[in-house]
Amino acid sequence: MLHSYSAPQQGQIMDSHIQVKNLNVYYGKQQALKNINIEIPKNQITVIMGPSGCGKTTLLKSLNRFLELNDGTQIDGEVLVDGQNIYDRDVDVTEVRKVVGLLAQRPSPLPMSIYDNVVYGMNIHRMKSDRKEYKAAVRHYLEIAGLWEEVHKRLHDPATSLSIGQQQRLCLARGLAVEPEIILGDEPTSALDPISSQNIESRLIELKQQYTTVIVTHTLRQAKRLADYVIYMYLGEVIEAGPAKEVFGNPQHERTRAYLEGQI
Amino acid sequence: MNQIEQIDIPQVIEKMTGRTTRPVTTSRARQDNFARRTFFVFTLLPVLLILIVTIALLARSWPILKAYPLSDLLFGTVWKPTNGQFGFWPFILGTFWVTAVGVLLAVPPCILTSIYLAEYAHTKLRSTAKPILDLLAAIPPVVYGVWGLLAIVPFVDKVLAPLSDRWLGSVSIFSVNQPTGFGILAAGIVLAVMIAPLIISVMYEIFSTVPNDLRHASLAVGATQWQTIRNIVLPQVAPGILAAIVLGASRALGETIAVLMVVGNIPQSPTSIFDSAYPLPALIANNYGEMMSIPLYDSALLSAALVLLVIILIFNILSILIIQRMLRRKWS
Ligand SMILES: Nc1ncnc2c1ncn2[C@@H]1O[C@H](COP(=O)(O)OP(=O)(O)OP(=O)(O)O)[C@@H](O)[C@H]1O
Ligand SMILES: [Mg+2]
Repeated sequence: MLHSYSAPQQGQIMDSHIQVKNLNVYYGKQQALKNINIEIPKNQITVIMGPSGCGKTTLLKSLNRFLELNDGTQIDGEVLVDGQNIYDRDVDVTEVRKVVGLLAQRPSPLPMSIYDNVVYGMNIHRMKSDRKEYKAAVRHYLEIAGLWEEVHKRLHDPATSLSIGQQQRLCLARGLAVEPEIILGDEPTSALDPISSQNIESRLIELKQQYTTVIVTHTLRQAKRLADYVIYMYLGEVIEAGPAKEVFGNPQHERTRAYLEGQI
Repeated sequence: MNQIEQIDIPQVIEKMTGRTTRPVTTSRARQDNFARRTFFVFTLLPVLLILIVTIALLARSWPILKAYPLSDLLFGTVWKPTNGQFGFWPFILGTFWVTAVGVLLAVPPCILTSIYLAEYAHTKLRSTAKPILDLLAAIPPVVYGVWGLLAIVPFVDKVLAPLSDRWLGSVSIFSVNQPTGFGILAAGIVLAVMIAPLIISVMYEIFSTVPNDLRHASLAVGATQWQTIRNIVLPQVAPGILAAIVLGASRALGETIAVLMVVGNIPQSPTSIFDSAYPLPALIANNYGEMMSIPLYDSALLSAALVLLVIILIFNILSILIIQRMLRRKWS
């Protein structure tokens, strides 16, 4: 028997940034998430793990309201970001997505120059007032993403001329440029070579003081390197959630233990 | 060093030219060669057909091309075969007017519809709209012609013409000189309705070639759907949209029966969308096979067909060049 996990019983989170309450998600008739209750700590890296098809992507997409891009998805329950339910009727979805950034699995550079990619979101939200400010911001975010050194001489080349690893860092810079508080990553390194993956991982670790980060990963080693907090899912339910040390060191649940052992 | 010595010259030539330079020995290679040649021939076939048609038309037009200077035929404004006057200009103008009005009327709603269908519509609506569009595209032109005759001509006559006369009468292209309802506007409306399903269908397919990853990348930073369409999707599909319009326009240029039923068929140089006109296809269809005793009449009609073919060819070649330029600019 599986018991759905409910947050308050286990290690309380001092400062939670996101709270998911009684979340149920259906694709048509098929239920993909079953009564999810979790809290995600502020300015830490939370890693979502679990076997393929267990609902990790679905849970992640529920956090920036990407689920509703599919026809026929039904979402019940609440997702509170800073105490505000992002599914409330009067919430502007573009505001949610500005606050909750997403790093996709495959790098998706927009078909424009490197420079314009970073400027894109800032421009959408009219965040800067003149070219000089944009220029400075582009440099700033490319530096944060660890890409400035490599591209500062070719800012106006098409973004697609970059290597895949560079493209992913560009996407990170583009996401950070709209000043989100939360970064979501759906297996953000799975399309990358080991060095590029490591590069992205280092960036995420550097950034975690300022951003709440939620990452889906299939590699246990990456989870161990990154995670401060771990959520383990199975068949649409959260089986176990807690600080990384506890979950990795002494998993409470049989399924989690099996998963952790099976993976090494 | 090694690498350079190992270059296989025949293979390089083969790669560059797609042609086999080494002796073909195995039967598999021979089969491959045969297949390649067969496909090549079938690819050439359409080009050959156009060439054959052009040559045939040219041969049959030869008597009149010999009898009159080309400029007299192309730019002559009088069409009186019994007097030996064969000016194509009114027909060429008529073709352009009718096509232009049809395309101008069709394109804006088609763009909006295809954006809506491809970007906003629910899957359910999409999957019902597509078959309906395909059905509309399959209705025979003569049916559109009858509908034009029964509905559009009276509508132009009773509603649009009086309105235009009242509000836009001073603008020459909107002035009502021949209040019958038959004319360029009626033909343009019928054409617009006829080519719209085709244009929407093609545009819709083009929109769906844009990967969703791109849309999501834009939405993920908080862009609205319209911002995403305008900034990301539309620039991507612009050459394709143009190609869809060209396809529709080519169809309109050659459309015969539906147009000739509502356009009035008066060989004059139109100045207003309410004027009657006489496009080239209507001229050929209405007259070929009749009154062939008039000298050079047969030859004149076939050279009209040749003119139509050349117009369509030039139009398509120009469009292809423009689209290629747009694509090149996009990738550079
Ligand atoms: N668009 C969709 N329509 C219908 N069903 C879907 C859709 N997306 C996901 N599902 C189903 O929902 C369940 C959860 O899918 P999800 O993509 O969240 O899994 P995941 O844990 O991310 O898997 P993976 O590790 O393979 O990426 C699966 O059973 C999947 O088949
Ligand atoms: Mg997934």
